[in-house]
Amino acid sequence: MAEKSRAVLTGKHFMQGDIACAEGAIAAGCRFFAGYPITPATEVAERMARRLPEVKGVYVQMEDELASMAAVIGASYAGVKSMTATSGPGFSLMVENLGLAFMTETPCVLVNIMRGGPSTGQPTKPGQQDVMQAKWGSHGDYEIIALAPSSVQEIFDLTIEAFNLSETYRTPVVVLADEIVGHMRERVTIPEADEITVIDRKKPRVPPGEFASFKPDEDLVPPMACFGEGYRFHATGLTHDESGRPSTSSAEAQQKLVQRLCDKIRKNADKIVKTERTMLEDAEVAVVAYGITSRSALSAVQKAREAGIKAGLFRPITLWPFPDQQVSQVAKKVDAIVVLEMNYGQLVREVERAAKETPVIFLSKLGEEPHKPAEILQAMRRALQ
Amino acid sequence: MSEELHPFETFLRKEMIPHIWCDGCGNGIILNSYLMALKDLNIDFNKVVTVAGIGCIGRVSGYTKTDSYHTTHGRAVAFATGVKLANPELKVAVISGDGDLFAIGGNHFIHAARRNVNLQVICANNFTYGMTGGQYGPTTPLDAWTSTTPYGNVEHPFNLIHLAAASGAVYVARWTTLHVRRLTESIKKALQKEGFSFIEVITPCPEIYGRYNKMRTGIDMMNWFRKASEIRNYSDPAKAEITPERIVLGEFVDIEKPSFGRLLHGMTAKVQEKMKRGNR
Amino acid sequence: MPLKLWRKPLDADKIKVLHGEVYIIKERCKGGKGCNFCIEYCPKEVLEESEEFNKKGFHPPRVKDENNCVLCGFCEAVCPDFAIFTVEKNCEGGC
Ligand SMILES: Cc1ncc(C[n+]2csc(CCOP(=O)(O)OP(=O)(O)O)c2C)c(N)n1
Ligand code: SF4
Ligand code: SF4
Ligand code: SF4
Ligand SMILES: [Mg+2]
Repeated sequence: MAEKSRAVLTGKHFMQGDIACAEGAIAAGCRFFAGYPITPATEVAERMARRLPEVKGVYVQMEDELASMAAVIGASYAGVKSMTATSGPGFSLMVENLGLAFMTETPCVLVNIMRGGPSTGQPTKPGQQDVMQAKWGSHGDYEIIALAPSSVQEIFDLTIEAFNLSETYRTPVVVLADEIVGHMRERVTIPEADEITVIDRKKPRVPPGEFASFKPDEDLVPPMACFGEGYRFHATGLTHDESGRPSTSSAEAQQKLVQRLCDKIRKNADKIVKTERTMLEDAEVAVVAYGITSRSALSAVQKAREAGIKAGLFRPITLWPFPDQQVSQVAKKVDAIVVLEMNYGQLVREVERAAKETPVIFLSKLGEEPHKPAEILQAMRRALQ
Repeated sequence: MSEELHPFETFLRKEMIPHIWCDGCGNGIILNSYLMALKDLNIDFNKVVTVAGIGCIGRVSGYTKTDSYHTTHGRAVAFATGVKLANPELKVAVISGDGDLFAIGGNHFIHAARRNVNLQVICANNFTYGMTGGQYGPTTPLDAWTSTTPYGNVEHPFNLIHLAAASGAVYVARWTTLHVRRLTESIKKALQKEGFSFIEVITPCPEIYGRYNKMRTGIDMMNWFRKASEIRNYSDPAKAEITPERIVLGEFVDIEKPSFGRLLHGMTAKVQEKMKRGNR
Repeated sequence: MPLKLWRKPLDADKIKVLHGEVYIIKERCKGGKGCNFCIEYCPKEVLEESEEFNKKGFHPPRVKDENNCVLCGFCEAVCPDFAIFTVEKNCEGGC
């Protein structure tokens, strides 16, 4: 119990987003962090370096992000909840083994505190430019779960959620926060340890001789044996059958595995997806925004209402799997949609796809600050014309 | 019945045997030697993790009936680092190729050696990228022919012994697959050592490297090893370069140094102690 | 289980030459020109190439003279395919 209280800093705090992220991870049971310093995610690593030894965890600073992600997968297979935190340039290196984590069904969490890109871009400035990279950045077909917090409290909560989802579905989960959420300081309430839901991976229910490490249950998720537990199993990034044996030329094996791995997320999407709807009941125009931009969107919606415009806000908390149905429902009810992103047009493509005939206006913002409420208001007016 | 069973039968993942390696390939000898070492030491197979990267030799992980993991190309040592730090009770061995460990994975190798992570790394050095059809790599000798050095290799190779020693490995040895007895003894020694150990195994790839370099069979290559080998235990790693005329073998480094795990977990214990006393 | 006798016995009185029985798992073997390591490196020339083909089209070795086998275990150790092993011969009635 003393152990648990050291892990969960119950109470009210005023803390930075990156710190809250680290605290969320520890509260969720994360006991291994491997990373490489990068602005604006360094504070997550620094906090973990201080905090993990206090809870008998391991912090290791690797030689690069390729190694960090590989070590995270190794630790998870050794039975320890593990994570890393990075930003764009590091994320580019991590997507290599993000694919490996997906292929070998490794629960783990990857935090990307997004800065301005491409390339080295603007290290200290916010961005939402890695949204598509999270979904498509690693080669081959894969599905990712990605969560976008919009406040310091939420980065704490969603980091816990990320671990729980990764353990439930045996899959890597990405927290896509932006530099502003990562660096701003806000009030955070950390509940009592026993009020926090912590989910652990399913374990094998049969003895070693009968166990097939990639044989799924009905929910498409296989129970997970870890190293040293006596199952003596094999895992590989090659296409494999349910026992883990490589199958490099069977079309059937390829179809079966890739389909299941993707369906594991797709078919469970309604259980995974979280969204937030504000003033949408009678709305004629909906603003779609996530992460930090959703906050200016909210004040723009409030201003619009004051000005007599029936506006509402739809905030995807889960960016991937994309909340298709939810966006479609909103689109059916409104005359127009305004999408805000701190990039040059990424998630807007998904919104357009889901919105079908409903017109979509995109408002891009690159650099220092998110969209100003006045700009958003103007866009809403334009959309309704 | 038992008469017909090979003594290593239960150490092999039977559903994956026969292995994919060519006739005359030395990779099977390395696997054989590794299993012999584990068996001789009476190590609990349930507590061993065999990690490999990508390449012909990378398939070794699948054939070994321990827990095993086949990583992406080059990342075996980094993955193994995560495993070992997360669960120090496990014996974690990495068996991989010259390309995997020293081209794409070179950075991970030197840093794991520097940190002295408690890992046993075995490199199957066949002087080439076997899996992709025999291109030159970081250990291909000068002037050698490969599919991408059609006019002879103009790059200097690594001397892996020197590299490992300079990077901080506590145990460094080199043998060929012909020296399988000594290789097994070395693997046993490495498995019992605390810290980062490295064994380079010179191994025949008659199918590709041999074919390009006038050694068409495994025996041709093994006979080259026999002719060129000189055992010079504890000689200067800097002078252990491999040339067509001379392959220096032996144990080169055998020192004691606290492993990364020991230092790390020791630090954690101190933090715990301090917290118990409440003077934070 | 084969004994590990590459360590030379020191005590001359106790020297007892062991004899081995050679087992060849033919279907696993990749012998022929490509391998033949066991044949080439057996110190006692116990083995030889055969004309026989296995299912994969390789020539497994054949025992030429088992009486010469001193159970050194080298064929077993150098075989890349786990296709050959030796066990101690029961020589109670003389070999
Ligand atoms: C990132 C990446 N680049 C390239 C490859 C292609 N590839 C597969 S194996 C290999 C070389 C392996 O060489 P080595 O490690 O020496 O093993 P060998 O096949 O010689 O045993 C390469 C380049 C790959 N799988 N992944
Ligand atoms: S290509 Fe070379 S290294 Fe690969 S299996 Fe064949 S002989 Fe061995
Ligand atoms: S060493 Fe093994 S594979 Fe090679 S010929 Fe002999 S028995 Fe066959
Ligand atoms: S045990 Fe030794 S002597 Fe007997 S066949 Fe094998 S290699 Fe030859
Ligand atoms: Mg090679």
